[in-house]
Amino acid sequence: MAEQETELSDKQKKEIAKWFLLNAPAGEIQYVAKDLKSVLNDDDVYDEAASEAFPVYNKSHMICLEMPGRFGDVLVTLYGELRDNEYLDPKTAQVAIVDHVKQVCTEVRPATDEELPSPYIEEYRCALEAEMLKYVGEAYPKGSCSVYCVNGKDAEGPGSDFELVVVISAARLSPQNFCNGSWRSIWNIEFVDDVQVLELKGKLQVGAHYFEEGNVQLDAKHECRDSTIFQSPDDSAIAIASVIRHHETEYLASLEASYLNLPDTTFKDLRRKLPVTRTLFPWHSTSQFSLTREIAKELGIGK
Amino acid sequence: MEAALGLMRRMPPRHSETTLSALLSLLPGHSSDLLSQVDLPLQVSSDVVSGQKFILCEYNRDADSYRSPWSNKYHPPLEDAPYPSSKLRQLEIEANDIFTVYCDQYYEGGISSVYMWEDDNEGFVACFLVKKDGSKTGQGRRGYLEEGTWDAIHVIEVGPDEEMTRYCLTSTVMLSLTTDDVSSGTFSLSGSIRRQMNMNLPVADGHLSNMGKMIEELEGKLRNSLDQVYFGKTREMVCTLRPSNEDCEPNTLNAFDLWYSALDDEVSIVEADASTFSSSSSLSSSDYYDLYKLYKKCGPNPKNGEQYGAPFKEEEWADEEYTSKPVDAITPIE
Repeated sequence: MAEQETELSDKQKKEIAKWFLLNAPAGEIQYVAKDLKSVLNDDDVYDEAASEAFPVYNKSHMICLEMPGRFGDVLVTLYGELRDNEYLDPKTAQVAIVDHVKQVCTEVRPATDEELPSPYIEEYRCALEAEMLKYVGEAYPKGSCSVYCVNGKDAEGPGSDFELVVVISAARLSPQNFCNGSWRSIWNIEFVDDVQVLELKGKLQVGAHYFEEGNVQLDAKHECRDSTIFQSPDDSAIAIASVIRHHETEYLASLEASYLNLPDTTFKDLRRKLPVTRTLFPWHSTSQFSLTREIAKELGIGK
Repeated sequence: MEAALGLMRRMPPRHSETTLSALLSLLPGHSSDLLSQVDLPLQVSSDVVSGQKFILCEYNRDADSYRSPWSNKYHPPLEDAPYPSSKLRQLEIEANDIFTVYCDQYYEGGISSVYMWEDDNEGFVACFLVKKDGSKTGQGRRGYLEEGTWDAIHVIEVGPDEEMTRYCLTSTVMLSLTTDDVSSGTFSLSGSIRRQMNMNLPVADGHLSNMGKMIEELEGKLRNSLDQVYFGKTREMVCTLRPSNEDCEPNTLNAFDLWYSALDDEVSIVEADASTFSSSSSLSSSDYYDLYKLYKKCGPNPKNGEQYGAPFKEEEWADEEYTSKPVDAITPIE
């Protein structure tokens, strides 16, 4: 350990603070923030770090915020970002203005025409969103989803390619039980017009954190691909939803299988439950016994 | 300081080194507190004399040198460094030898070290360390793990010798494992827990025997706890996030999967005992049949206080190729 203590520059402190905030598990950034402030003991540095880290965290965790005015919820994602703190909710065609550090939506305004996709695209987007909302409603007890158009949103009619993104975000937060978890899926769907095919690429990410008298975290990721035919908005929506449902269910099953394998196989590579002899270790093995007994006597008598 | 420990509990365990060094640089005044209360994955070095590996930790460190338990020398060499008394050193040597065998039995490899030193209360403190790299490229025999490490630190304070001597054990286990395959992507679990156990044991049984048994027991409990309770909780969380079509309860799936796959279509077992199945377990394709008792080891259900040394599953041993070095007098302990 170094003998001298080098004083950290403000910039270095800020980078460290950001690292802590960005690595907070789902739903725990506010707790981390509180502890961090106390450790850092420098509100200016903290505020700067927070203003840089919170937006990144919020977007990567795709947090779900309630919009004032009974418009429902908006997801804060990269795909819906119009400006640093403005996020489009395609469902309601509203734009939410968000305070990242406080993690709330402060106000809402209607989206302008330039911010929304063309009617042609909107047909597809809307049909897909309706199907996805149905799916998410059934599959995820506390999930939200949004469908955005990320490419080609101004296409007027058939003949152009465009790309939609389905974002599903679910979080179960139970801090009183010391357990939090999140599921994030991002599905990119490319509508390729000339071959009349839809290319789907999914990225699924699951995290869980249990920390009652300990600290255990799960971090699982998976990527998959599929494709289906380019059909009418409604039929495409149904096809896409069923592909997504199929892959996500399969992934969940494989997660389960990984857990099932843990105790008897995977974990065994780290430490067995018992030795091959199927008995506990023979601490009383005779040759050892006499030696330790002697030492124990010696240590005892030697006082 | 509490805030710092709070941060340690929230940051991903696999990044604990980065977390600790970040905290040390932010709180230079608290460095000794932090270092004593936070455990990090263990580092390993090689003894220059014998080439054997030994573990580096706070307990065999002085300045920037570490004492090897094999040669009792500091690396890099150091003048005026603390050493255990020759009597204690004898015990330390013996402990290292026995612990290596123990390690071999449970860890099928791994590196172990034991360090002892006298304390102010006329007793002594012993610290038993294990480090195992279970990855495919390391010492993982079955090749499941892309990455996997287990670090165990057991510190026992031994009271002054009396007929019934007091032993206070604090054990910390840190582990991380990652599996990676095409069909299921990357699956990564990591965690750390710490527990204590205090016992008064007859000194006549021998310090090593007493300490060894305590360590074995607590290590086993920690392993089971990590597996069933901790990992089990994260699994429950996944099932809560997105319940599958069948009921995704850990209890149901474990026993269900195991026997169902072994059965004919016409026959199904319904209840082993009330806690193994919930009434909502779905046997969608087959209908319910007879009741008979299943004898199996308690599966990986999240049951606390599980019996240690429960009856075995034969399947677990079926394809064992591992042969250990024979231990001279193997007497099963009851």
